[in-house]
Amino acid sequence: MELVLLLSSPLLGALVLGLVGGRRSAPELNVAFSLATFLAACLLTLRVIGTGNLLVAHEQFFIDPLNVFLVTLTSLVGLTTSLFSRPYMRIERDHGRVSGARLRLYHGMYQLFMATMLVALTTNNLGLLWVAMEGATLSTVLLVTLYRTPASLEAGWKYFILCGVGIAQALFGTILLYFAAEHSLGIEGASALLWTHLNGVKGQLEPAVLGLAFVFLLVGYGTKVGLAPLHNWLPDAHAEGPTPISAVLSGLLLNVAIYAVVRCKVLVEGALHSALPSRMLMGFGLLSVVLAACFLWRQRDIKRLFAYSSIEHMGIITFAFGMGGPVANFAALLHMTVHSLTKSAIFFAAGHAAQKAGSQLMDDIRGLITLSPTVGWGLMLGSLAILGLPPFGVFASEFLILTTAMREQPWAIPILLLALAVAFAAIFGRVQPMVFGETRARRLPHPPALLPVFAHLAIVLLLGLYIPPYLADWYRAAARLIAGQ
Amino acid sequence: MAGVPIDLQLLNLCAALLLLLSFAMLAQRRIVNLVNLLALQGALLLCATLLLAWRTGQAHLYVSALLTLALKVLFLPWLLHRLIRRLQVYWDSEPLLNIPVTMLAGLAVVVFAFGLAQPISALGSTATRNSIGIALAVVLLSFITMITRRKAMSQVVGFLSMENGLFFGAMSATYGMPMVVEFGVALDVLVAVLVLGVFFFQIREQFDSLDLQHLEKLREEAAAAGGGGNTSGGDN
Amino acid sequence: MTPMALITQLLQIVSALAAAPLFIGWVNQCRAWLGNRSAPSVWLPYRSLRKLFHKEAVIAEGASPLFRVTPYVVFGAMTLAAAIIPSMGTRLPLTLAADAIALVGLLATARVFQSLAAIDIGTAFGTLGARREMMVGFLAEPALLMVIFVASLISATTALPAIAESLATRSFGLYPSLAFTAVAFTMVLLAENARIPIDNPATHLELTMIHEAQLLEYSARHLALMEWAAALKLFNYACIGFALFVPWGVSTRAGGPAALFASIPLLALKLMVAGAALAVIETVSAKLRVFRAPEFLGFAFVFAVLGLLVHLLLGA
Repeated sequence: MELVLLLSSPLLGALVLGLVGGRRSAPELNVAFSLATFLAACLLTLRVIGTGNLLVAHEQFFIDPLNVFLVTLTSLVGLTTSLFSRPYMRIERDHGRVSGARLRLYHGMYQLFMATMLVALTTNNLGLLWVAMEGATLSTVLLVTLYRTPASLEAGWKYFILCGVGIAQALFGTILLYFAAEHSLGIEGASALLWTHLNGVKGQLEPAVLGLAFVFLLVGYGTKVGLAPLHNWLPDAHAEGPTPISAVLSGLLLNVAIYAVVRCKVLVEGALHSALPSRMLMGFGLLSVVLAACFLWRQRDIKRLFAYSSIEHMGIITFAFGMGGPVANFAALLHMTVHSLTKSAIFFAAGHAAQKAGSQLMDDIRGLITLSPTVGWGLMLGSLAILGLPPFGVFASEFLILTTAMREQPWAIPILLLALAVAFAAIFGRVQPMVFGETRARRLPHPPALLPVFAHLAIVLLLGLYIPPYLADWYRAAARLIAGQ
Repeated sequence: MAGVPIDLQLLNLCAALLLLLSFAMLAQRRIVNLVNLLALQGALLLCATLLLAWRTGQAHLYVSALLTLALKVLFLPWLLHRLIRRLQVYWDSEPLLNIPVTMLAGLAVVVFAFGLAQPISALGSTATRNSIGIALAVVLLSFITMITRRKAMSQVVGFLSMENGLFFGAMSATYGMPMVVEFGVALDVLVAVLVLGVFFFQIREQFDSLDLQHLEKLREEAAAAGGGGNTSGGDN
Repeated sequence: MTPMALITQLLQIVSALAAAPLFIGWVNQCRAWLGNRSAPSVWLPYRSLRKLFHKEAVIAEGASPLFRVTPYVVFGAMTLAAAIIPSMGTRLPLTLAADAIALVGLLATARVFQSLAAIDIGTAFGTLGARREMMVGFLAEPALLMVIFVASLISATTALPAIAESLATRSFGLYPSLAFTAVAFTMVLLAENARIPIDNPATHLELTMIHEAQLLEYSARHLALMEWAAALKLFNYACIGFALFVPWGVSTRAGGPAALFASIPLLALKLMVAGAALAVIETVSAKLRVFRAPEFLGFAFVFAVLGLLVHLLLGA
């Protein structure tokens, strides 16, 4: 019941906003639908806490500790982003960068995007998971190109082609999985792609086929995660789309893609009895961390800078999932949560900063602290948080990941530390002048919508200081699930 | 081939022709012909699906055959032809690699795909398991088609033909995916093409051409030149 | 060696020698019809051969013995090739010594001699033609070998008569691999025999000519032999094609004299159809620029390899 509410709310929102999304009141409607989604997610969470795992609609949908926390996170960030986008898009409209018709597209697609992500998270059918992931790409392509600038068209095209090709590989992987299931188990038809069924019998699946399937699945969903070397689309799409979209792409879509990879990894690892999937995840993760750290130095555009930072963090998360084991998985899940919150907060602040400066080039953004102290502090605190400074949650998760790595994969430690240091220097060196630098610009009249920024940062801070026991239990349950125990 | 039933022979023929069509796409420079080849590919898929449905008696294959007919044989080619006429793009510019080299690369890819598919085929129980390699080859060849072309339209045809290859793979490995998934995939393809149609008009509005060379500006130099608020660094 | 085998062998050689110019005449006649011209007589090649044999041979100054020997070598190679291709029967004593790969070698030998002789005189045209001939040959040979490999794989032997026999006697089936290789073979045939997409047989006044450029210095009986060898080459290629792709009707080991004689009209019929088809191909296609020839032959190679791959994967 809660699930129906959860999925129907954004779908209905997409329909309604697709019709009236250009009106003056559309942003409020958008917030209302997001709020309804969030409430539904909360209800669902309560229900799962009360009764345990859910398996509904002919077993097509499935809720367990792993995805319920992501569902809540997704709907929360969806809500705060819609809160942020309300004044932000209004200013964009006043600046004449978007028209009413485009706002209609924007609002409709925003809700559709939320719907596809929630379907991807809650479905039990690996085929539907693929369909929803592809749907998430398609619903955001036109959002990336919302401004119709040449650069945004290029970004949209790259996004579409790379993710389209990538996700085609994932479809082949899914076909192979289906093939293995039919071959080994003799299960016919729709039930052969149900994750719960496969998970029950993963030990009997054909290792040769699953190994190959995992390669395709990792390449496919990994493209969407933004793992190097298939990350090219990510900075472009983040930089050229409207800021709320950058926030949800970075904060949510990447998480959902990682979720897909992890679901597949659980199955494959159970079948393979070898470290191949772990090694691949660790390899791709490290490569992404290192590449992203190098590219961070060369960025001039504020949103590209943080897009590369997202690649770096996705690398860290992938690496942690690759190490496996309850602690590393716990840390990775925590990192997914705090990264998603922090990064979307940063994009909110950066979006306002760029809007005020009239440019996304970091050289043009100066002295935010005098222009608008809240934006300045938001950006500064957000950057400190994402860089993993102590009181924030990112510190906790990165610390856990590093200590686990020190114990289990000591060879990776120097690489990770070096990359983190490089990233720290690159981001801090860029953010500091933006916030504290000299400026001649005058304060602008728009009041920024920074409630979401500080709300996110407050949660991240809280998670750094104290993880509530039920949340910790939750993470632990999910971590055990991923570790296959 | 004595002793092999005629419907299986026909299925093998379809598989072989699909492979041939992929090569034809690789060599084809006219976009209109490319779209026609795509339609032909769809028609071959339709034949293969029908043969398989008849052979195995699985009702859901008839449904997916119907889906193939509606979407891949009729609607998509019609839409693409319409787009071509509206946008006036008939020829692709000279491909990035010359055609014989592309062909030889394609042969290497086919060998690779066959090697990759060998262990899977060996485990298969379907009569068409040997075609998995061909499906994989079609996917990879479409990939080559995409990366060697400059025009957006040719890349889209490559993308759709890749999807066809995947569909054929699913059919030969497992007699098709579950119905829910198949509908989902078809819906995605449909939406993708519609999105692309919108997208083409946007590109054309901006650049007056569908040549993707225009879309290679997001590089470091552009940032150095400070091209407005929207261009900056990257790593192409 | 049974008398029956001897008869088959002799009949094949004689009929090849006799029918090759007629085949050329037939192709030319078809081309003329298709081009809406009044057709020359099918017997014209015989008359020109007779005319050339009656002339006095002139040899260029500084020609080495190689130049004189070449016509005989080329003609001999083609005759030998005609002897080992099962055009009428598969009971050919000579094929015990030479299989399909040797046949390709035999054709290559002829080509090497012809090219060397063309360079020997040192004229610009001769060298040009020889170079182009070698380029075409170098590209066509792998494709031809691939074609033969596919047929060999299907019938598990490289001896042409055995291939023809096993292909002719098995039950009918769809072989996509053979269809692909048939296309490849047709393309190789066009290229190797200087037919239209690669070379124009109707002219020797073009800068782009390949075959004719090598014969410019020959006259009289040497030229006659070379022309006759060229006709034989086309005839041989057609017969290889029949052996690989439409082998029905050749008299097999089990067949008696009746089968052998029955195969003669059937061969004539196949040749008529093939000649007409060749003329159609030549009429509807335009000559490619020389530097596009590698592309054309590349396609032939791709087709042949595709046939091979399809056979390996699908067993079909």
